[in-house]
Amino acid sequence: MNSVIVSNTVRFIVLVLLQVLLLNNINFLGYINPYLYVMFLVLYPFNGNQTLFLILSFLLGLGVDIFEDSGGINAAACLVAAYIRPTVLRFSFGVSYDYQTIKFSSTPAGSRISYVAILVLVHHFVLFLLEFFNFAHFLLLVKKTFFSGLFTILLIFLTLALFSRKSK
Amino acid sequence: MQQIINFLIRNKNNLLFLLLLGFSLFLTIQSHSYQKSKFISSANFLSGGIYSWTSNINSYFSLEEYNLRLLEENERLRSRLSTYEDSLEIKTYVDTTYAEGNYIFRASEVINNNYAKVDNYLTLKSGARDGVERDMGVITSRGIVGIIENVSPNFSTVISILNSNSRINAQLKESNHFGSLTWNGKDPNHVQLTDIPSVAPVSVGDTIITGGRSLIFPKGIPIGRIEDFSLDQSESFFNISVELFNDMTNIGYVYIIENTQQEEIRRLQNLTEDE
Repeated sequence: MNSVIVSNTVRFIVLVLLQVLLLNNINFLGYINPYLYVMFLVLYPFNGNQTLFLILSFLLGLGVDIFEDSGGINAAACLVAAYIRPTVLRFSFGVSYDYQTIKFSSTPAGSRISYVAILVLVHHFVLFLLEFFNFAHFLLLVKKTFFSGLFTILLIFLTLALFSRKSK
Repeated sequence: MQQIINFLIRNKNNLLFLLLLGFSLFLTIQSHSYQKSKFISSANFLSGGIYSWTSNINSYFSLEEYNLRLLEENERLRSRLSTYEDSLEIKTYVDTTYAEGNYIFRASEVINNNYAKVDNYLTLKSGARDGVERDMGVITSRGIVGIIENVSPNFSTVISILNSNSRINAQLKESNHFGSLTWNGKDPNHVQLTDIPSVAPVSVGDTIITGGRSLIFPKGIPIGRIEDFSLDQSESFFNISVELFNDMTNIGYVYIIENTQQEEIRRLQNLTEDE
């Protein structure tokens, strides 16, 4: 249990710093940025306390917001993603989630991709919706969500492949 | 009472979600209103410290570019100085319409700059201890950057001209017709100048400068070049697309402008409005 707390704390801090110091400056093709810090929400223990999870994801988003001067848009996006995570888990992993027996690394690839993709796209949609703050640029909003989301999903799976333990 | 407590415990996640969502939306809405100063900004001890630490490393990679810019600016100032000294011999009176003496310039370093969002801010490495205050103007040697918004003891945040809330008074260099400079959130090299009356002599390539009507910027600081223009629907005003002189994606050092008479002018204006 202790190692779970330590690894999640380290992940929290490293992801926020990586996001604000490096990834926010990518601006690929002018507007595409990956939001890798969503990975914290993806990897948070599936059987962890949901109340604590909501608070932590709010703080995660707020941490990024402080650096970005963006009000509370990241906090709100993280919170929404964290709130719907149990539903997404049940949708993607089916029954095995209800019995809380699954580990992220030992799930089938298809359901893993759908889980990450739904979480990332919901997060990005809320994020950009609040950033634009109106529906006038709806097409740009969808475009930005899609491309940034694709970038983030790709980066999450790359990072997972890079840091996965080969102790099987 | 028991039922209420049971209800609260049963729905604690939903209630917590709504509470935190409400708070973050409050912060978001607050960040969209320009006049209020924010609770949460990057001009604080922690994020300012981390940003200045990374910019210490980053700035080494651009030293050559910054040197070239300084040389360019020195060259321009020297040539102006020489013409000024020449004219001194003939002209001994003080030109009171040219109020440049009322402005104090302070150099500062940009430690964080964003330009890809709809509302962009910069963070500077000087704050209240260096005499920086809210509503001071920020420029580079090439053009304007923005206006100081939040100030902490050592850092300050700047609302960039690349921000949908930003409105800056600007005018044509050729004539005195003025309008306001806004940004549509798309291209960091182009801003929009609106409210220029259709009688104004507008042509592609003309220079746009700051107008003297705001108390923030001195008159005549270059902003950009007219790239394209069209009449709006009522056909009485121009919508002008302005290409910035400044490369907003690459700003290293800036000048903060303090207008020493700002307070006096503002007091006078308030007095006049009250009557």
